[in-house]
Amino acid sequence: MNIGIIKLLVKSAVLLLLAAVAIGLIYWLAAVSQWGWVAKYLPLLIKGLWLTVLLWVLSCIFGIILAIPIGLVQVTGPWWLAAIARGFCTVIRGTPLLLQLWLIYYGLGSLFPKIAMFYPDFRQDFMWLIRLDAFWYALLAFTLSFAGYEGEIMRGAFLGVPRGELEAARAFGMSPWKVLTRVWFPRAVRMVLPTLAGEVVLQLKATPLAMTVTVMDLSGVVRNRITQDTYIVYEPLMLLAVIYMCLTFLAVWAFSIIEKKVPQKR
Amino acid sequence: MAAKPGFPEVLSFGPTGYGDELLWGAAMSVSIALLAYTLGLMIGIAGALSKLYGSTLTRTITQGYTTLVRAVPELILILILYYAGTATLNQLLESAGFGAIAINGFVAAVLVLGFVQGAYSTEVLRAAIQAIPIGQIEAAKAYGMSPWLIFRRITLPAMLPFAIPGLANLWLIVTKDTALIAVVGYTELALATRQAAGNTKMYFTFFVAAGLIYLSITLISQKGFSVLERRVRRGQRKLA
Repeated sequence: MNIGIIKLLVKSAVLLLLAAVAIGLIYWLAAVSQWGWVAKYLPLLIKGLWLTVLLWVLSCIFGIILAIPIGLVQVTGPWWLAAIARGFCTVIRGTPLLLQLWLIYYGLGSLFPKIAMFYPDFRQDFMWLIRLDAFWYALLAFTLSFAGYEGEIMRGAFLGVPRGELEAARAFGMSPWKVLTRVWFPRAVRMVLPTLAGEVVLQLKATPLAMTVTVMDLSGVVRNRITQDTYIVYEPLMLLAVIYMCLTFLAVWAFSIIEKKVPQKR
Repeated sequence: MAAKPGFPEVLSFGPTGYGDELLWGAAMSVSIALLAYTLGLMIGIAGALSKLYGSTLTRTITQGYTTLVRAVPELILILILYYAGTATLNQLLESAGFGAIAINGFVAAVLVLGFVQGAYSTEVLRAAIQAIPIGQIEAAKAYGMSPWLIFRRITLPAMLPFAIPGLANLWLIVTKDTALIAVVGYTELALATRQAAGNTKMYFTFFVAAGLIYLSITLISQKGFSVLERRVRRGQRKLA
C-alpha cells in the first residue's frame, strides 16, 4: 500500500517537472526568443549548410577510397605496409580529431616558411597551396580521420570473408586481382554496410569542428558570424541542433533504404 | 632578450618550457574524462534499467534523451549545455533570491560531458543486459532472490563481458571529447597546447607532442581494458 502511494507521488512529481520544462520551453520559444535574424542570414545559412554537406559527403567518399587499401594491406600486404597501415589507424583513432585538424591547419601552415628556406621559389611556385582555403585543410583532416576509422573496419571485413570462398575463386583460376574485385571486395562491402551508417553519422557530427579553423560551414556561420554580430546565443544554437538532427535522420533513412536494396544472404 | 628556446627546450619544465603546462593540461583532461565517465556510467545504469524495466513514462523520457543526444553533434551539445545550462542556473538562482554565481569551468565540463556520455552508456548497458540469457534471471527469481540481489549477483556479472568492449570504446571517446572543452575556453590539454603553440609559433612541435600524450593515454587504457576483459570473461569459453 505504502509503496503504491510513493510510486504515485514520484510519478506525479516527474510529470509535473516535465510539464514545467515543457511550459518553460514553449514560453521561451513564444515570448522570449528572437528569430528575426533568420531572414537576414538565410543566404549565409544556406551557403553554410552546403559547405557542411560538402565536407561531410566528400570526406566520407575520399575516406572510404583510402580505407580500402588501408584495410587490405593489413590483411595481405607485406609486413612493412601492414605496419604502416596499422600505425596510421592507431594514431588516428588514438588522438582527438580536433588536434589532428589543428595540426594540419596550423602545423602545415607553419611549415611553409621552413620549406621556403630550402626552396626559395616555394612562394611563387606554390602560391595556390599557401592561399588555400581552410575548407581544404578541414577536408584533408576529416578524410584522414574517416580513413583511419573505416580502415580498421575494412580490415575486419576483409578478414571476415570465409576462406573457402576465396579458395573456390582461386580454384576457378581467377587472378588475384579478379578474386579481389569479384569476390573478396563485394563480400567485404556487404559486411561493413550496417556499421557504415553509424560511421557516416559520426562523421556528420564531427564536421562542426571545422568552425575552429575559420571554415564557414553551418556551425561557423552560426558561431563566428550570427552570434558575433547579433549577440544572440541560444536561438542559433537551437536551430543548429535541429538541422543536424534532420541530417542525421536523413542519413539513417537513406542507409536503411540502401541496406534493403542489397541482398543479404548468409 | 635571450635567444628564443629551440625544439627540445620548449618542451622542458620550468619558466622557459611548456612541458609543465602540457602535463597540467593532460592531468585536467584525464580528471575531466574520469569524472564525466563515472557520471555517464551512473546515468547509463539508471537509463538502461528504466528502458528495460521502467513504466511507459520513464521509458519515453529515456528514449527521448538518448535519441536527442545521439543525433546532435557533441560540440553543439557542449555549446548549448555550457551556455544555456549556466545561464538557466543563474536565472533560477536570481529568481529564488540568490546572487548569480560564476560556474566553475571544470564542473561544467564534467557535467556536460557526463550528460552526453550517459546517453551512449545507456545504449551499451541496455544491449548488454538484454544479451543475458533470460533463463539465468528466471532461475534467480525462482530461488527467491530480491531484485537488488539479482542485479548484484546475476545481472551485473553476467552483463559485464558484453558491456566491457562498448564501455572501453566510450572511455576512449570521452578522453578525446575532452578536447572539445577547449572550444568553450577551459584550459585542458588541447587548449594548453594551442596557447603554447601560438606563443612560440611552433605549431607542429606542440601538436605532435600533445598527440603523443593523447596516444599514450589511449594505449595505456586499451591495455587496462583488455586485462579487465580477461578478468570478467574468466571461466568463459574463448571466442573462435
